[in-house]
Amino acid sequence: MRHIAAILLILGLLAACKSAPPLASDNPGELAPRADASAIAQPDDSAGTVSAGGVGNDAESTIVLPPELQGRTVIYFAFDSDSISAEDQELVAAHARFMSGKAGVRLRLEGHTDERGSPEYNIGLGERRAQAVRRALGLQGVADSRVATVSYGEERPAASGENEDAYSRNRRVELVYPGG
Amino acid sequence: MIDSIRAWWRSPLRCALLVFFVLGSRGAEAQLQVDITSGVSAPIPLAIEDFATDPQASSEVIRQDLARSGRFIVGPRTTADYLVTGRASAGVGGRTTIDFELLNLLNGQRLLVERVTSPPAAWRNAAHRISDRIYQKIIGVRSAFATRIAYVSVDGQPPSQRYQVIVADADGENARVVLQSRLPLMSPTWSPDGESIAYVSFETRAAAIYIQKVRTAERRRVSGRAGVNNAPAWSPDGRKLALTLSSGSGNLDVHVLELDTGVLTRITDHPAIDTEPVWSVDGSQIYFTSDRAGGPQVYRTESIADAQPQRITFVGNYNARPRVSPDGKQLAFVTREGGAYRIALQDLGNGVVRVLSKGQQDESPAFSPDGGTLIYAARERGQRVLGTVGADGLILQRLKADRGEVREPTWGPFLP
Repeated sequence: MRHIAAILLILGLLAACKSAPPLASDNPGELAPRADASAIAQPDDSAGTVSAGGVGNDAESTIVLPPELQGRTVIYFAFDSDSISAEDQELVAAHARFMSGKAGVRLRLEGHTDERGSPEYNIGLGERRAQAVRRALGLQGVADSRVATVSYGEERPAASGENEDAYSRNRRVELVYPGG
Repeated sequence: MIDSIRAWWRSPLRCALLVFFVLGSRGAEAQLQVDITSGVSAPIPLAIEDFATDPQASSEVIRQDLARSGRFIVGPRTTADYLVTGRASAGVGGRTTIDFELLNLLNGQRLLVERVTSPPAAWRNAAHRISDRIYQKIIGVRSAFATRIAYVSVDGQPPSQRYQVIVADADGENARVVLQSRLPLMSPTWSPDGESIAYVSFETRAAAIYIQKVRTAERRRVSGRAGVNNAPAWSPDGRKLALTLSSGSGNLDVHVLELDTGVLTRITDHPAIDTEPVWSVDGSQIYFTSDRAGGPQVYRTESIADAQPQRITFVGNYNARPRVSPDGKQLAFVTREGGAYRIALQDLGNGVVRVLSKGQQDESPAFSPDGGTLIYAARERGQRVLGTVGADGLILQRLKADRGEVREPTWGPFLP
């Protein structure tokens, strides 16, 4: 009996590590904040040389998802793994169903890692995760041509901190449906 | 500042020097603070007198350079073995001239009697050049005070962060924002002529590699293929970039791009992650990271299509992000020891590996152009900082931003 309790406890801990609850900020709908004009201001350049100024903007319009997919756009991974849990396979299937009913919709998969290890090698690991989700969608009938991938590696964490809680929130693939 | 001084007094290395200065303040860029966390056991005592009629603090810059090297202890003339004196004067066309002398106080010998001239705006560079002359004369090897570094600065909290590529003097001064973005910037690396920087930008929500002139900010996109465009590395002649691209299925391989013609050659062809290329000194070979054996290890291949890569690292199960020393004899990379990521140096002749750094998350090593120092990214008390360590493992420094985090440092070449 004690053994079963211990096993359950360990399984519970593993589950907690593997699939951290999505933060509010993991929802791309909420992730797209107001454009911040001050952030792309021309940097001070009193040395007389020229700067390219600011580029990029983290605000992006995304399409409105059906209620059952809202807030369910992030898939989490175990350390050094690109395998999708059975639970998340269900989520992938739900996204595939949504896409099959919306011919014009495209999807971008953003792969991420935790901050440990070499940043450029982590780009490879993040890409591997994004491709794993892309393959899973392909098995559900979503054409590869509708799915783009981008790997941010460790460069765009969802959570900060040097602890397993933050790491587990950062090892993820975000499903982003760019709006028109 | 108080904390830094306390930390120094607690340092077990009593001989360690402490230099602390707040660097270049022009607003937009994070400033770096430099302090030495350990030095050599017998630094050379040296005195530097204030230069006569100097409108700038040239002698102070030289004191900081030499003290920060860890090889010298800068103090009063009464206890010094060497003495530096100098005089500044206004030269032709508004240029400043500094005449300086290096004197061996032990035998009275004049070791250097030289003159440096510079436009007023470049007075710090002139001081760094004097530091280089003094260092080489006394220590006998070249130093790199008059060079530049570049790095990525990140501030703000996830998921809304600001990324900047910053160029600065090797002492962290004259920091200047080259580019800033709300989306990640990565992998800045200097061209061999010191004129340009290649980097990765995600500004379009896809990865692309750009080359930007440092002086004019003129830039062009050299690789924006679908998927991964990452880890640019200049060939020694500056005509090619090694880089990492992914095929349609997301498999990362190392390629070489000829910058003039746009001709792309695939160098590796393997289902594993092949990335983080860097050229051998003569340009005939490319070192890269691959996890074809399971975990990441460093391999070497000829820089041609269909070459046969050969594994180079064998100690431990995580060795990544290689960099070749300027003399071609050493390979620096990130190694995992237990749970800690550290900077290691492998002798390419006999294969002996030494772990140089002492942190938990040390990464992205880069050699100074003289080969004497490695700069790398580290974590210290939760903050991302830059560290330097002597290639002999002796001198450790920290460069901290006054706000935000700094990472992915790269060291520029000697300038003519």
